[in-house]
Amino acid sequence: MHKATYKEAIREGLAEEMRRDSSVFLLGEDIGLHGGAFGLTKGLFAEFGPERVRDTPISESIIAGAALGSAVAGLRPVAEMMFGDFSAIAYDQIVNAAAKARFQFGGQCKAPMVVRMPVGALSWKSAGVVHCQSVDNWYVQVPGLKVVLPSTPYDAKGLLKSAIRDDNPVIFLEHKALYEYQDEVPDEDYVVPLGVADVKRRGSTCTAVTSGKMVHFALKAALELAKEGIELEVIDIRTLKPLDEETIFASVRKTHHAVVIHEGHRTGGLAADWGMRIYTGCLDWLDARIGWVAAHDVPIPYNDGLEKKVLPQPADILAAVRETCGAA
Amino acid sequence: MSDPSTEMLARMYYTMGLIRDFENKAAELFTRGILAKGGVHSSVGQEAVATGVGLSLRGDDWISSTHRGHGHHLAKGADPRRLMAELLAKDAGYCRGRGGSMHVAAFEIGSLGAYAMVGEGVPIAVGAALAEKMKGTDRVAVPFLGDGALGQGVVHESFNLASVWRLPVVFAVERNGIAVSTRCDQMVAPSTRLAELAQAYGLRYYGVDGQDVLAVHDAAGRAVAAARSGQGPALLDCRTYRFEGHYASEPQVYRRREEIDEMRRTQDPIAHFEAYLLDSGLFSTADLEALRRRSAEVVEDAAEFAQTSPEPDPSTYAEYVYA
Repeated sequence: MHKATYKEAIREGLAEEMRRDSSVFLLGEDIGLHGGAFGLTKGLFAEFGPERVRDTPISESIIAGAALGSAVAGLRPVAEMMFGDFSAIAYDQIVNAAAKARFQFGGQCKAPMVVRMPVGALSWKSAGVVHCQSVDNWYVQVPGLKVVLPSTPYDAKGLLKSAIRDDNPVIFLEHKALYEYQDEVPDEDYVVPLGVADVKRRGSTCTAVTSGKMVHFALKAALELAKEGIELEVIDIRTLKPLDEETIFASVRKTHHAVVIHEGHRTGGLAADWGMRIYTGCLDWLDARIGWVAAHDVPIPYNDGLEKKVLPQPADILAAVRETCGAA
Repeated sequence: MSDPSTEMLARMYYTMGLIRDFENKAAELFTRGILAKGGVHSSVGQEAVATGVGLSLRGDDWISSTHRGHGHHLAKGADPRRLMAELLAKDAGYCRGRGGSMHVAAFEIGSLGAYAMVGEGVPIAVGAALAEKMKGTDRVAVPFLGDGALGQGVVHESFNLASVWRLPVVFAVERNGIAVSTRCDQMVAPSTRLAELAQAYGLRYYGVDGQDVLAVHDAAGRAVAAARSGQGPALLDCRTYRFEGHYASEPQVYRRREEIDEMRRTQDPIAHFEAYLLDSGLFSTADLEALRRRSAEVVEDAAEFAQTSPEPDPSTYAEYVYA
């Protein structure tokens, strides 16, 4: 084991996969000499050179399109979007071309590509409306894509390796607020399988279903709730698509209470989706209404105080759990 | 480039006839309600472009295609039976009925696929060219696009990336002057100035009469050979004309009937080539009639095959979503 930040763990994952498999290469804006807008690819240009760490023009559509073309022709591209918000420019290539490539052509090809993108808000360092969105909801809707959002360095590295080795297009979301979060990471090669959720805290009273930065907010809330006799079980979804319903259902059938927590917008969002699945899969076990914590349907404001009003905070989680558990 | 062999001339003539017969058969099936799904976008009038480009490529070279892509596929070597079966949404189609006319691919003959969204397939061919360059092969990628696609940002991104990375790409522009149902000169600022556009992007430029299959074949051959030998990307500007509407039964408000009749009379690429072949003394009228008869038979057989093929089994609906 060694200590690594979330950002370092991702960088280790990229480097190890590039050493292991010569068909893996990187492309994106400023990822070469500059090392990436958030420094994720620092040092990789020196080790792998300009052929495999490719600086692109500021052209998100062709970053995704060229990744797809190279993937169906036999390589394993890992594309970087400078911000998840900017992937809207590449949306057609990702959603209409990459996601459907295998399906629409009746299985003639596969598209083993990863599109990495930083998402989410940073509070005091946030840059406003098109630098802070949780774009998870944009992608989970799309058949053919897999969508990943790790919450720890261990998961980030292990899930990234799985994503690179996977034969499908994978949207790999990285939460900006977690980039400097440090934790233990194994020295040896390991993977975290896609499609498997992780129980980040055991508890018997209520299940919190969540992901990304909200995992840490839920864990923080759990400490407070424990003082009140509420033991919160925190499930980190990790792979947003395909969803590990079994882990969620097993937990809710044990605790009989559920709160769904997502940083994305409320309408048509993942929290609502998780809630509906729990409702249909666990109704007979539920003792109370499902708690629903998500962002207000308002763009992410630049001002810190306004941002905190729009996005879920630990206090919102506390309130939702207390209400669901009848302790409000 | 050396003059095409007699065998190549026959292939060109046959292929153009095959495309025309195929398109006319698809339109007929559409009119009769047999091909009742989606749209059918005929490339009649543009056969020389698909043929000249397709026959200048190796089997392992890549193409990406458009919503008007039947001809591109046939010229690249697609099986007419499997192509027609795909149009009719049958299980024996290239995409097992999942794709259809506008979303057909044939990877075994080097087709990365037809992309229905205008311009969408262009960057994918650029990506395939990148892969081939990185793998060290000498395969070339040819995205087909219309001049209407010059309104799409990603097409310009494709020109730019192919140029700055010096990728083996030949952009084959079918410049028919119409963007769906609007004239291109009203919609695309550089519509008649592709030489300047290519120069600004650092693409080698080849401008040809797209109704002349020999001219297209010659220019495409030179562009492809240069790209294959590492001299970078090119833009092949083929001035052509679409004899049919955007789709079967489109009203065509953007041009007069007389214009179409005039172009059919004077700019038919098959009639033009037929006169050339007869004049060359290498082919007799009987030789050419035999080639046209063969393409007609192949298309009849393809249509029969497609109509009598089974539908995909509904229980397989979720196949191919993930690898």
